[in-house]
Amino acid sequence: MKKVFIPMVFFFGLVIFLAIGLNRDPREIPSPLIGKPAPAFTLVTLESDKTFSPEQMLGKVWMFNVWATWCVACREEHPVLVAFAEKNQIPIVGLSYKEIQPQDPAAKQTDAIKLQVARERSAVWLQRHGNPYTTSVMDLDGRVGIQYGVYGVPETYVIDPQGVIRFKHVGAVTPQLLAEKILPLIQSLGKS
Amino acid sequence: MKRVFVFGMSMLIGLAIAGEAAPLAQDPVVEARLVHISQELRCLVCQNESLSSSRAELADDLRREVRDLIVANKSDQEIKDFLVSRYGDFVLYRPEVKPLTWVLWFGPFVVLLIAGIFLLAYLRQRRASLQPQVLSDAERARVEQLLKD
Repeated sequence: MKKVFIPMVFFFGLVIFLAIGLNRDPREIPSPLIGKPAPAFTLVTLESDKTFSPEQMLGKVWMFNVWATWCVACREEHPVLVAFAEKNQIPIVGLSYKEIQPQDPAAKQTDAIKLQVARERSAVWLQRHGNPYTTSVMDLDGRVGIQYGVYGVPETYVIDPQGVIRFKHVGAVTPQLLAEKILPLIQSLGKS
Repeated sequence: MKRVFVFGMSMLIGLAIAGEAAPLAQDPVVEARLVHISQELRCLVCQNESLSSSRAELADDLRREVRDLIVANKSDQEIKDFLVSRYGDFVLYRPEVKPLTWVLWFGPFVVLLIAGIFLLAYLRQRRASLQPQVLSDAERARVEQLLKD
């Protein structure tokens, strides 16, 4: 009895470890930014030369969504965001991340022209697919992205009234994720 | 000595060519430190590549960021701390030794120790079971009796 027992314990221990380990998504890297203040930045917006900084959102729960017109998964999540924005629960700020990619012909142009091309392209895209954003900021060189630990667009953050990042999701936002994680979080943040 | 010289010269040729391709590689001291640091950092897009060897776009951006931090006179530790604060311990190929990573660092040794204890116990048990059995007087007498027949 004892002779079978010990290998059995080892075997099931291994099975449990493998079951947990193999079912995890290797792309899902826990963000160290959860519970930390959202990094500060100042960028021009898509709409005008007025700048936007996260501190302007202090006192509000808001969503920060990283997107680009070249990003395929963004197209997938976009209708979800548009439908969410229609309910008007919290403002969504977009981060237009590296709209001009290095292989883009426009990449060789001056910064001013790049900004103009990026704005035009993004505006057309939002007109076609709907615009869930209260505003979008232009992160052409991706530096603000690095501040927020962006490594795969789309990414979504929920930031509380104190300016602290409460939630981060890498990949497309799904209705399920909204219903199960994001909405309960927004509600609990709204109450406190 | 000669070999070193030839090697050095060929590296110089390499540098000369690389210089044309990548205008950012201007300060060799900065570049050397960049290579040194980025070998210890993981590219987050292609997770099995280091930041120094990855050709992913994010790796390019992160190298630019590290380069800027080097130019800003930050220490290696400060640069790594910055990236960890943004991307987590995952960016380090050699994670820091702290309570959260103890299992990672010491787990294999603990397993080895447990295996060693089991091995010792097993060997001891085996040795005991292999001890030549001594016959009692009665048994000896019986053996002799049997052999005689």
